[in-house]
Amino acid sequence: MKLEVRQLEKVYRGRKGDVPALCPLSFSVGSGEFVSLVGPSGCGKSTTLYLIAGLEQPSAGEILLDDETVGGPGHDRGMVCQSYNLFPWLTVLENARFSFDLEDNRDYSRTEGEVMTRVGRVYSLLDLMGLQNFYQAYPRELSGGMKQRVAIARALANQPKVLLMDEPFGALDAQTREEMQDLLLLLSRHEKTTILFVTHDVEEAVYLSTRILVFSSRPGRLLEDIPIPFGADRSLEIKLSPEFLRLKRRLLDLLHHEQATNSNRDALLRKLVQ
Amino acid sequence: MSRAASCRARRRNSVRSPWLEVRGELPPWAYKGLVALGFASLFFGWWWLSGQSWINPVFVPTPAKVWHTAQEFLHDENLWLDIKSSVARVTAGFLLSAAVALPVGIFMGAFKVCEGLLQPLTEYVRYIPVPALIPLLMLFFGIGEAAKIMLIFVGVFFQLVLMIADEIRRVPHELVQVSQTLGARRGEVVRLVLFRAALPGIFDALRLCNGWAWTYLVVAELIAANEGMGYRILKFSRFLQTPKIFVYLILLGVIGLALDFAFRKFNRRVFHWADATKR
Repeated sequence: MKLEVRQLEKVYRGRKGDVPALCPLSFSVGSGEFVSLVGPSGCGKSTTLYLIAGLEQPSAGEILLDDETVGGPGHDRGMVCQSYNLFPWLTVLENARFSFDLEDNRDYSRTEGEVMTRVGRVYSLLDLMGLQNFYQAYPRELSGGMKQRVAIARALANQPKVLLMDEPFGALDAQTREEMQDLLLLLSRHEKTTILFVTHDVEEAVYLSTRILVFSSRPGRLLEDIPIPFGADRSLEIKLSPEFLRLKRRLLDLLHHEQATNSNRDALLRKLVQ
Repeated sequence: MSRAASCRARRRNSVRSPWLEVRGELPPWAYKGLVALGFASLFFGWWWLSGQSWINPVFVPTPAKVWHTAQEFLHDENLWLDIKSSVARVTAGFLLSAAVALPVGIFMGAFKVCEGLLQPLTEYVRYIPVPALIPLLMLFFGIGEAAKIMLIFVGVFFQLVLMIADEIRRVPHELVQVSQTLGARRGEVVRLVLFRAALPGIFDALRLCNGWAWTYLVVAELIAANEGMGYRILKFSRFLQTPKIFVYLILLGVIGLALDFAFRKFNRRVFHWADATKR
């Protein structure tokens, strides 16, 4: 698997003129990498993800997945978003195996044996995520963390070449978030899935990634490409290691520098107090 | 703080009564009691009015008189004939419009091309009052069953098709996107996501439009018919038989309410997965 982003540009055309969201952006991601995209709000990191997913069209440049140009959305690029987007009329199990009944996916599991292995995989995924007692539950009966687990299981069940995650844990409470991070680490290692991960949370990015791409503020361009030296086996302990703190510090500095500072702020604050 | 202000503050902080809470909930007994109260006051209002000396009993018959008339009706085969033919007309007109509106509405909601082609056109036709079309419908379809069914069809279809298209458009776009990243093709997105997600709303639209079907049924039967509830009411009116009119009006209301109830029950059973507000 090789994902290549070449000179990617995105301009939103508005009535008041064009708003560039991405400067020419180039990077590539290899098999099994866990790459986080971080940057200030509105820097185009989510846009990049949607462009790779094929849900939006680039204004210029191209995206290559295994040397084939990405033209539209497809089953080889799974997506998990902050809002879980489960199909509310399907049970947990039916949600997780939604992709199996689609024509595009029937091609590569023709024989009954192949189908059985895939279905078996869905059960293992759900069990691994602690959902074994909720196969027949409907999304509205689940907590936020559980919904997001189903969404991840649904995307992984389809065995995408690359999994795109847009702030997947943004809506979860701190404790569930940590649980989900460890679960995702476990899964990405086990499934050897390549993951592109958009987040606001610098600590989350350092903890999960093998590489971090730092974006500038809008229009987004690549500021830095930081490799994360921790190995595959990560535990909460590394969050306290000096190396971890050093990386976190460096990222925070980069982001603070990018955040547009309001020079007028002090004057405004004084006005507010009066 | 002035006394009035502190008083107000205290009132604001005290435990509030659930009765007038904005979007508050009531216990089921209270809700059912209110329903009964509403119907009871209508009944007693009627009862009181019919007993007044300045009211002509020919125009407002007493409840007792209407009750006796209703009992006589039990042995009147015309009543059953009327109900049967009216229900048959409504069902035919309603099913016909649903069968056409469903695919057309789905396409209008799913594809901008169909929307551009059909939506403004539908809006335009919708504003032509249906009774204004009666003379034309009579020219086209005569005065038989076909004309009545077509009137119901025209009355219901143009409302229904817009409501269905709206329901399809209301499906969150994220659901469409997520299905596409799982490999869903165009037809599958429409069939497996848009249609399924909009189904509770579509059934609610059908429930509302069933009411329209009954309205246009009576309009159709007032024009030309040999039997049917609307036709019979007109005939009773010619002979000043107000108690009979009352019986038929009550029956029309009961049939409508029963159908509505059946639709709601069905929705709640089949679409238990949906939010309570959408069922």
